Amino acid sequence: MTERVPVLKIGDVLLVSIQVDLEDQIVLDLQEDLASRIVDSGARGVVIDITAVEIVDSFVGRMLATTAAISRMLDAETVVVGMRPAVAITLVELGLSLGGVRTALTLEKGLNLLARPGIDRPAQR
Amino acid sequence: MSGLRPVPDTDHQVITIDSNDDVVRARQLVRGLAQRCKLSLVDQTKLVTAASELARNTLVYGGGGVMRLGLVQRDGRTGVTAVFEDSGPGIPDVDQAMTDGWTSGGGLGLGLSGARRLVDDFTLETEVGSGTQIAVTKWAR
Repeated sequence: MTERVPVLKIGDVLLVSIQVDLEDQIVLDLQEDLASRIVDSGARGVVIDITAVEIVDSFVGRMLATTAAISRMLDAETVVVGMRPAVAITLVELGLSLGGVRTALTLEKGLNLLARPGIDRPAQR
Repeated sequence: MSGLRPVPDTDHQVITIDSNDDVVRARQLVRGLAQRCKLSLVDQTKLVTAASELARNTLVYGGGGVMRLGLVQRDGRTGVTAVFEDSGPGIPDVDQAMTDGWTSGGGLGLGLSGARRLVDDFTLETEVGSGTQIAVTKWAR
């Protein structure tokens, strides 16, 4: 009965735009959905858009960090885009700086980041 | 809660926290009151985030409980207070539980210590075997 966050595919990037107040089970479902979608689709990148997210607590923060780690293991890079200033301030004060998570200010910048052959990724395979 | 007095003519809300949905609801109620109290956006976000951590603790570690929420006044200032109460196992070692990174469950161990940093006032009363009560307040500037 719990809703799920839709995972959209654009080229070789999976896009998740979080538009609801995240209940913990939705967060866990999303993590699993993303992992299987990465493998099924062979996506090389994941963009998580949190423009509409009003708060990121330690549970959601941890989800962002583990999702980035999981997708890296599955050969995809994650970029979190659209974090609100108040959310950034609160996260750092909470003690979560999301060190392993790449961020970009906007969806466009996030997609550009993934389109660029990164330092940590071979340009050709 | 000494020195704090409720703002007259405002409703004090009490909700039970027995499911993940209740955690979401607790956040929304705190957000609504924080807006009414005219907390800045950053302060609203901090308070709601702290409430989210504490509501989840109430659910996960306390086995469920209640949140009481209301506006309070002290020295001419208005603030939002949220009190989380459970009848769970209590916290045997409060100093340890308040340490960054310490967790008795699968969490990050930032819930209590992080929540304390995000609010202006933080009080914790706990007794092993009978439960825990945590009150947090954020004052309008």
